[in-house]
Amino acid sequence: MEKAAGHEHAEGQQHPLSIYLWIWGLLFVFSTFSYLVDYFHLHGYLRWTLIITFMVIKAGLIVAIFMHMAWERLALKFAILVPPLVLLILIGLMAVEGDYTFLTRLAAFLR
Amino acid sequence: MAENAVTTAGESTSALAGLPGVVSDWSSDKQAFPVPWGKAMMWIFLLSDTFIFTCFLTSYMNVRISTTVPWPNPSEVFSLNIGGTRIPLILIAIMTMVLITSSGTMAMAVNFGYRRHRANTTALMLITAAFGATFVGMQAFEWTKLIREGVRPWGNPLGAPQFGSTFFMITGFHGLHVSAGVVYLTVVALRVWRGFYDRKGSYETVEITGLYWHFVDLVWVFIFAFFYLW
Repeated sequence: MEKAAGHEHAEGQQHPLSIYLWIWGLLFVFSTFSYLVDYFHLHGYLRWTLIITFMVIKAGLIVAIFMHMAWERLALKFAILVPPLVLLILIGLMAVEGDYTFLTRLAAFLR
Repeated sequence: MAENAVTTAGESTSALAGLPGVVSDWSSDKQAFPVPWGKAMMWIFLLSDTFIFTCFLTSYMNVRISTTVPWPNPSEVFSLNIGGTRIPLILIAIMTMVLITSSGTMAMAVNFGYRRHRANTTALMLITAAFGATFVGMQAFEWTKLIREGVRPWGNPLGAPQFGSTFFMITGFHGLHVSAGVVYLTVVALRVWRGFYDRKGSYETVEITGLYWHFVDLVWVFIFAFFYLW
């Protein structure tokens, strides 16, 4: 049971430790980049683009490598990763709704 | 459990890849996911948690767009005076690094678990829990600081009242997840130490615990980007 290679493969995910150390390092680097965006007071679209880029890279690394999603079968990937996409519709609707509320408030306060 | 191992072993040799694989996994009245049931259920739980956190962050976006009062600048609100200089957002940056470090130690704990290194797995999981407790401690410090400055869920002296309500709700709910994770990690770590999973013949519980912990880190990535940096 101790070193039955075939059994261990069937039981779970086995990857070299160096992968985790690499990803760990990358997460540090990208977190530092995100922090520097704020530190150097970047503004406007440059700031938002950089924040979202670093966020997506970090989230992708965590899900793919730390959570082992990269090695799961496509059926599981679809079952877990596709449903959250409907949230983009919610976010879009709420952004439009927020703008509308803002404009009605301005109209009401200016009257 | 034995069924699982058989299915998984069979899958690895004969299973189709890509889209035909998706069809074959979902058809023929067989088990759709060739993973331990606990892992599939943890993923589905995390999926539901994703919806909860997205609802919180979306409501935050909505009130931040719609308020006519200026939003407090998080960079200044969360700055600290260290050695006479004011460093913006430094506490949050340290909290981010603490949580990422804990995710790294957790990933290594999972790895050592599958290699059946009982001592290393236990130690790394307890280190992960300690980093988690440190994170919650720093969050308590942050809350105390803001409450002293007069920030309340219904208003604050810095600007839009929605700042306080969304801040306490989002970071509070995340902090609750971290706290629960610390308890979860400690319980599983002690079971590893006592040899529970050696007797069970499988260390998959360590990986499942890891999934939960990495998710907590994942949520923080989004909170950090949208609440603190935006």
